[in-house]
Amino acid sequence: MHNLTPLSGLIGGALIGLAAAMLMLLTGRIAGISGIFGGLLSPATSDRGWRIAFIAGLIAAPLIATLAIGAALPSPAMPASLIVIVIAGLLVGFGSRMGGGCTSGHGVCGTARLSTRSLVATAIFMVAAIITVAVVRHVIGG
Amino acid sequence: MPLVFVTFACGLVFGAGLLISGMTQTGKVLGFLDIFGAWDATLAFVMAGAVAVATIGFALAKRRGAPVFAAQNLWPTRKDIDAPLVTGAVLFGIGWGLVGLCPGPALVNLAGLGLPVIVFVAAMVAGMIAQDMWSKQKAATPTSETAIAASTDG
Repeated sequence: MHNLTPLSGLIGGALIGLAAAMLMLLTGRIAGISGIFGGLLSPATSDRGWRIAFIAGLIAAPLIATLAIGAALPSPAMPASLIVIVIAGLLVGFGSRMGGGCTSGHGVCGTARLSTRSLVATAIFMVAAIITVAVVRHVIGG
Repeated sequence: MPLVFVTFACGLVFGAGLLISGMTQTGKVLGFLDIFGAWDATLAFVMAGAVAVATIGFALAKRRGAPVFAAQNLWPTRKDIDAPLVTGAVLFGIGWGLVGLCPGPALVNLAGLGLPVIVFVAAMVAGMIAQDMWSKQKAATPTSETAIAASTDG
């Protein structure tokens, strides 16, 4: 076991679940980030207001954490070159829209609803990601 | 407009959850996906916490019938496993595995204004727009099978 942080994982996870539950109970929407964000990019979308507000909340979270408790702004370590980052971004954007969801919509909300489509999608993208990491780290990298 | 304030608050809680859980750190996500290396099981705890709370919340929403600030619950109704679902999940999984970022953490990380994250989100936007255009074009033009069927039937 490496760098395991189960308590912060559980607490953070519970907050993610709480946000999804709040969004459903208060607005009747599924908290799928690719769906909420992707919907903004379609010219046909009429309900822009709540989508923009949700995304603004996501981006405001680290800013408020910085102002309130002096937390550092997030800057994730990127293990890849810019070319790989571009390819990854294209695949994440294209794939999440094509498959109708990502880790939040299928992985959290769909799993909580016991949706067959979401359980299948989650299992497939988990396996695809595990194989990708195995190839990048242990076949190419090793 | 209460809907805007309510959804802003939901986004804020969601973002806080991603930050606290460590899922905005690509190293922790890739550590979970690296089952053949130094495995970090944290993501399993994140999913367990998120699904447990969401399950209770969705059960309450179902019992309540309608949401507080909208006319109805917008539950997805589809149940079929089709090719776009499977292909989309494979492509998404490969992209996620390449750098350890999915849409939520990518957007939260945007606040740090790091160049790699900005590049990732820009590419993600391009991928989403490309998929949107591709699926619309596909829907507008008849598929080869229907074209063949139409020609043979005529």
